[in-house]
Amino acid sequence: MKTLLAALAFVPATLLAAGGGHPLDRAPIEPRDVISLQAGARTFVNYCLNCHGAQFMRYNRLTDLGLTEAQIRDNLMFAADKVGETMKVSMSVQDGKAWFGVPPPDLSVISRSRGADWLYTYLRTFYRDDKTPSGWNNKVFPNAAMPHVLWKLQAEQNAVEYDRTVRDLVNFLVYVGEPSAQSRKNIGIVVLFVLGVVFVFAYAMKKAFWKDIR
Amino acid sequence: MSEQKKVDKTRRNLVVATTVVGGAASVGAAVPFVASMLPSERAKAAGAPVEVDISSIAPGEMKVFEWRGKPVWVIRRTQEMLASLKTVTGKLTDPGSKDSTQPEYAKNEYRSLKPDVVVMEGVCTHLGCSPQMKPADAKDEMGADWGGGFYCACHGSKFDLAGRVFRGAPAPTNLVVPPYQFLSDSKLLIGDDTKGA
Amino acid sequence: MASRLMALWDWFDSRMPSVAEEWRKHAAEYYAPKNFNFWYYFGVLSMLVLVIQIVSGIFLTMNYKPDAGLAFGSVEYIMRDVPGGWIIRYIHSTGASAFFVVVYLHMFRALLYGSHKEPRELIWIFGVLIYLSLMAEAFLGYLLPWGQMSYWGAQVIVNLFGVIPFIGPDIALWIRGDYVVSDATLNRFFALHVIAIPLVLLGLVVAHILALHDMGSNNPDGIEIKKTKDANGKPLDGIPFHPYYTVKDTVGAIVFLAIFAIVMFFMPELGGYFLEHNNFIPADPLKTPEHIAPLWYFTPFYSILRAVPPLFNSQFPGVLAMGIAVLILFFLPWLDRSPVKSIRYRGAYYKGALALFVVAFLILGYLGIEPTTVWGQFSATEGSMMDRVLDTKDRATWVARLCTILYFAFFILMPWYTAKDKTKPVPDRVTM
Repeated sequence: MKTLLAALAFVPATLLAAGGGHPLDRAPIEPRDVISLQAGARTFVNYCLNCHGAQFMRYNRLTDLGLTEAQIRDNLMFAADKVGETMKVSMSVQDGKAWFGVPPPDLSVISRSRGADWLYTYLRTFYRDDKTPSGWNNKVFPNAAMPHVLWKLQAEQNAVEYDRTVRDLVNFLVYVGEPSAQSRKNIGIVVLFVLGVVFVFAYAMKKAFWKDIR
Repeated sequence: MSEQKKVDKTRRNLVVATTVVGGAASVGAAVPFVASMLPSERAKAAGAPVEVDISSIAPGEMKVFEWRGKPVWVIRRTQEMLASLKTVTGKLTDPGSKDSTQPEYAKNEYRSLKPDVVVMEGVCTHLGCSPQMKPADAKDEMGADWGGGFYCACHGSKFDLAGRVFRGAPAPTNLVVPPYQFLSDSKLLIGDDTKGA
Repeated sequence: MASRLMALWDWFDSRMPSVAEEWRKHAAEYYAPKNFNFWYYFGVLSMLVLVIQIVSGIFLTMNYKPDAGLAFGSVEYIMRDVPGGWIIRYIHSTGASAFFVVVYLHMFRALLYGSHKEPRELIWIFGVLIYLSLMAEAFLGYLLPWGQMSYWGAQVIVNLFGVIPFIGPDIALWIRGDYVVSDATLNRFFALHVIAIPLVLLGLVVAHILALHDMGSNNPDGIEIKKTKDANGKPLDGIPFHPYYTVKDTVGAIVFLAIFAIVMFFMPELGGYFLEHNNFIPADPLKTPEHIAPLWYFTPFYSILRAVPPLFNSQFPGVLAMGIAVLILFFLPWLDRSPVKSIRYRGAYYKGALALFVVAFLILGYLGIEPTTVWGQFSATEGSMMDRVLDTKDRATWVARLCTILYFAFFILMPWYTAKDKTKPVPDRVTM
């Protein structure tokens, strides 16, 4: 308990999300861990995709995660016919509004607006509350319209397993937020290397010309 | 003087080297810009193979499907229609489809996988207009020896019922046959001929 | 081969000699002082960023849709579905901030070495006009992704025009073309961002450079190199821009591009300063985000706006102060009465004033990003003297007020302290 308090005391102020003010746990995500990403994708299509879409994300892009198109079609596609389609939600915006008060937001870039830590903490801090319409409330996002969709998983799994499930899901959402993030970094290294080579030549050229300027 | 020459030579070599390396880097930098004008993932998804049901096409009839935004014709040819293909060979530019575009399995006298069902892109090989079907009874319009085929209203190219172009037309080659395969007797997959697709 | 090329060039040159003439005038025989230092890279770098923004912008328009229903999605389409699209988009978003970085450093260079002073007043004025156009360009462009920050930023800034007495509301309505920021606003902002302002910018850049090459470049010593010439009439302290500065600027450009690449490939959001987190939420006219801050390059002026208290319930004084804060730059050449240009030969007054100005500007910039409560409140017991006198107890607001005063004092007191300053004698020749 003491160590927990000490840890909380050192949470940087920026981690205190606006609204709620509940301290955020650092999401232990690993963007290169394809097993985790695949597990997150499974959780996503089974639990999130019923109400939330990822309308800018194409199923066939999931080949990034080391899956074949056939695997994607057989294991992850419940709401679309073609592997080139985007992860649209079957529920209409009107229905969403009627059932939850607000239409569930699209999750394509949720990790870029909320941040991984917020999502990781949010999905792990639901608690029972009879005063809300859904019967659930949340510490990070008080009076969230979303019920605790993962409650069955949380009941079935022990704390460590559930944390891992959420970790994988958040890992996947971060990937969905910017699918090109890994290739971005890889290309960046090549670009810097090329600029380094060009610099060597350009610098030698500059030296050769400026020799006689005193 | 020779000292000066040596300096100039070093400079010259370095200018050339920097220009070459910098030029190569600039070409690299141009790659994403050039690539961005290629079909996007959305265009590719929209251009994915289409599965079509051809059971409703009666003998002698044609149906038009869309694949990659282009009209694709599927015609169930009758025995008479197939017979007409033999009579016109002398009047064609490329009767053996040697210079035309089609998958290997359609490079035959019927230009199709199964003799009766022909699948072709309805796009004139001249400048890209879509020709119209003119049946054999359009003899008033197409001439007494017309055995049925297609006519491109843009520049007057004529094609037979296998999409082979008649001599004297501006179109240089026969109509293009896209890759396709039969998933069953009534189901056709246009755009993909690889097994297991 | 070589002789053929020469023949082709001769053919061209005899029919259009002005190409070679301009090349000589602006590069091969344009004599620039030989003592340019680090601060003299940023003019060329501004031009480089302008080119980068124009090229990446052209390719973005090929896939962007200026439609309130489609804009947000079309940006994500570029980020995901268009081959290489994310690279182009990050180039443009990083380029926007990079533009202000190099332009601010370029302007600071002028303050250091007196580049605004006679006979270069026109160059400075064209420069301030470029800066104004750049602010307009950035503001218009920031609406286009149609995220929450795009939307509410535009809403707030357009409403600033609304506080102008009498005609304000009508001006705001005219700018928006609707009662709130809407599809009509997005469509016109797109037109202005993509063609109108860029044309103005290009014209002003040409004027800026022509005026510069007519007067000749200033230098870290603030000496007119044209005063000491050799027997051929070439300035003794000058060297031809080409090849000397073309090769030197090439090196500078590569270093700049490397820094640019580090940001765009490894931290394109730069912690929310280059791409704000809330802008990944589609624009929602019914819901304002809890904290809206403009992008970092506007925050010093935004701080001034917030620091000035309202008068007779009108926000107009704040808006006026913000406007004057920018427009006062035009008068700089005439406010500066110092007999010397460069800070190397100026006295303690100017050095101190410039240092204070820079600190105030940076603090204003920081405070503009944060809510006014960032530094807490003064404790004043209710009903006490302090409680009644202070209109706000937010510490940050009072600091911003102090910095606003320092900002304006730098300009308003300039005729006095530059005239009083103890300057050092300026040498005849530049020092390397």
